[in-house]
Amino acid sequence: MLAHADDNMVLAQRLGAWISRAPELEEDIALGNIALDHLGVARALYTLAGAVEGRGRDEDDLAMFRSEREYLNLLLVEQPNGDFAHTMVRQFLFDCYQLQLWEDLSACDDVELAGIASRALKEARYHFRHSSGWVIRLGDGTEESSRRAQSAVDALWQYTDEMFQGDTAGYRLAWERAVMSGLAEAGLTIPEDPHQRGGGRRGLHTEHLGFLLAEMQWMQRSYPGLKW
Amino acid sequence: MDAALLPGVEVVIAATAVDPERAREVVSWVVDPEIPVLTIAELGILRDVVVEEGQVVVTITPTYSGCPAMRQIEDDIRTHLGVAGFDRVVVKTTHTPAWTTDWIDPQAGAKLVAFGIAPPTSSTEVLCPRCDASAPRTVSSFGSTACKALMVCVRCGEPFDWFKEF
Repeated sequence: MLAHADDNMVLAQRLGAWISRAPELEEDIALGNIALDHLGVARALYTLAGAVEGRGRDEDDLAMFRSEREYLNLLLVEQPNGDFAHTMVRQFLFDCYQLQLWEDLSACDDVELAGIASRALKEARYHFRHSSGWVIRLGDGTEESSRRAQSAVDALWQYTDEMFQGDTAGYRLAWERAVMSGLAEAGLTIPEDPHQRGGGRRGLHTEHLGFLLAEMQWMQRSYPGLKW
Repeated sequence: MDAALLPGVEVVIAATAVDPERAREVVSWVVDPEIPVLTIAELGILRDVVVEEGQVVVTITPTYSGCPAMRQIEDDIRTHLGVAGFDRVVVKTTHTPAWTTDWIDPQAGAKLVAFGIAPPTSSTEVLCPRCDASAPRTVSSFGSTACKALMVCVRCGEPFDWFKEF
């Protein structure tokens, strides 16, 4: 549960950085809204995880007072925004994964978790429609947009295998079907190099997460318990 | 304020604090900060108002996970109840069962149209709230809030929000 909360927290922080910098106003609002969805899911999961743990930690404790080694998010979501194509390809790969995750968890025995998941599933469908639309438009667009989208796929593909380790192994087939169909329509190909990286779920991150957390957590770290 | 210094007030609070009907009525008048023509009861955000051990316990649920209005709604509930004399208030958030647009009061549709928002319908049935023209163009599936999409009417040319079916 904590790992899934961390995925959403870190991605929300990444997407939030686009606000006021997106290529057009509508996109600015869309990325801000998607970031808020991920943040809302993260907050609900942190609160639930804190309650299950039973040591009195709330959402803020779990988000703001855990270090890089304690964060269990996928390496994919901590990767820098890069250009707009990078952000959209990252989102597309992750949306395809979350569609499987939320569908699965919305039928789980824990009613609170099932409630969070069934709402998140509907949001993920909107996110997927948005990201897949952009991946297709960019891949099948101009020479430059296609080059940038392909370079994003090439750079991010090595972080996809990690999504299917452990409990989520069963999602791979449906994920591949959705991803491959989107990439084919976009005229994009996956890299031939089979090398894959992992470790995020064990707290072993790429160099990017530390910087992200430093920026996100510094105020609570400097002034613990600060509220406004 | 120390209620002991104002014995009259204390009597009033004690008399009203145990009335769940009154508390429910007060809470049902809180409006959504983003769509002020609808109350939180009409939107289906308000799930329950009960009195437990002398305190009013209000349960609400977010529309979308990241709805930024939740905190404001919580504050508004406290303010409304406080003004009505209920000073011991707990606001809880539940995620189950998850909110859907089916929770919106069917009567709310006309109020949304009058406010310039197309009510939740399937995407093929959206009508312009100003001129009733069908088949508007989608400008962005993410509008001024997560629950709305930004549309433009192809007949009158006016942009409007559509409350997405969810």
